[in-house]
Amino acid sequence: MSPFLRLALAVVATGAAMPAYAASDGLVAPLVRWAPVILGGFLFNVLVSILAMTLGTVAGAALGLGLISETRAIRVPSRIVTEFFRNAPWLVLLFYCILLIPFEFRVGGTIIPLPGWVKAVIGLALPVMANVAEIVRGAVQSIPGAQWESAESLGFSRFQTLWMIVLPQCLKRMLPPWMNLYAILTMATPLISIVGVEDGMTLTRAAIASEGRTDLLMPMYGFLLALFFFYCYPIARWTVRLERRFALSA
Amino acid sequence: MMQWLQGPDGLTGLGLSILDDDLDRSAFLWGLWTTVWLSLVCIVLSFAIGIAGAWAQGASSRLGRGVVSAYIQVFRNTPPLVQLYFFFFAVGSLLPSVTDSYGQSVPMVTNVGWAVVSFSLYAGAFNIEIFRAGIEAVPSTTVEAAEALGYSRLGTYRHVVFPLALRISLPALGNNLVNLVKTTTLAYAIAVPELLYVSAQIWSEQLNVRTMMNLLLVVYIALVGLLVLGINRWERALRVPGLGR
Repeated sequence: MSPFLRLALAVVATGAAMPAYAASDGLVAPLVRWAPVILGGFLFNVLVSILAMTLGTVAGAALGLGLISETRAIRVPSRIVTEFFRNAPWLVLLFYCILLIPFEFRVGGTIIPLPGWVKAVIGLALPVMANVAEIVRGAVQSIPGAQWESAESLGFSRFQTLWMIVLPQCLKRMLPPWMNLYAILTMATPLISIVGVEDGMTLTRAAIASEGRTDLLMPMYGFLLALFFFYCYPIARWTVRLERRFALSA
Repeated sequence: MMQWLQGPDGLTGLGLSILDDDLDRSAFLWGLWTTVWLSLVCIVLSFAIGIAGAWAQGASSRLGRGVVSAYIQVFRNTPPLVQLYFFFFAVGSLLPSVTDSYGQSVPMVTNVGWAVVSFSLYAGAFNIEIFRAGIEAVPSTTVEAAEALGYSRLGTYRHVVFPLALRISLPALGNNLVNLVKTTTLAYAIAVPELLYVSAQIWSEQLNVRTMMNLLLVVYIALVGLLVLGINRWERALRVPGLGR
């Protein structure tokens, strides 16, 4: 269990220690009792999503530049990697990383442990990487070719053109699809509960199990759904707004 | 034939127990079939939801429009896995159980049933948005011309707007259907014996995790590739010259 979750559990351990005889205290009281635990778990999901997005964006930017490379030996492998990770199901990639990455690495004399949640972050970052690569490629190709030609005639090298002229314009175009991808990633994070990483989903199910009441299923799962909704919905609205604004100015 | 494929030592050395072992092979093929079946049923249902929802969104009833857009926002902005659990555990617990032909008490909707309901509703929410964008792209003059010719609202939708909108929506629709096929792996979580689930059973018995994992990835990519191929062909077959691009 991550220290983060342990903290979340400890905070409410006192309040949640007596569920056995509190079986008839309505629907609201158990929900209030468990809300901090579930919220803590949900924040862990958010943390995982931020880490996976960061990792996936860095790797995906590099892969995306590989996709638009003029060298065939870089472009073709980049295309294969992108298509592979874009088309493979997220859950299968997660299983792949969880089961096949070793639980520790030995570099020289030091042992670097790789807990499950780190492997889960890597597993989620892989499809993010492939999607970011496509976003980068799409944005670069949406810049008129004439700009490349004018930059070339002004004596810019290919790298300079990309770095100083094309990419700065791309950032604006990449932002909405990138945010969209982040929302998709956040909604994929509960998958890590399937491969045994404790997250908001795991804690919600644990809370339900410890209360042992079927009438709590709906409110508890509903609460978790609501948490995700109130996190992802504003992102979606904002994405739509940005898309509209950039569409007008372009 | 299998004897020849296996060679003197069998293929077990490769860890491909689905070639050597009859039980594993039939389980794997059954899982593959379940995945394909689940994908096809959900594609058809989500398609129907998309068509009906997009039509309701264009309706004059404010209540209808509100309900549809609330549905879209809720299903688009919550995790599909939590939706699946919500349906399977929470909604499922509210439904009465029925007695099957063996006299046993079974839930009214099975885990496969809930997977179909959940994935169809999830993909359907996206399909509505996709079809709506396609409908908005149909020139208003075309709609007006249809009205002038005496088409009713439903008639205009059925014979004029939808056929055009479908062609415009196909690329986005294809993307969503690919996502749907990938989403069917989530059924693993409620023990639907689809490809991922049976593969996990095989690798935990045969301890051939690496081989099964690689095989699984290849099979899924092949499935998605087939779907993409099919959609591309459909797109070409339906193409109207001068429309869209």
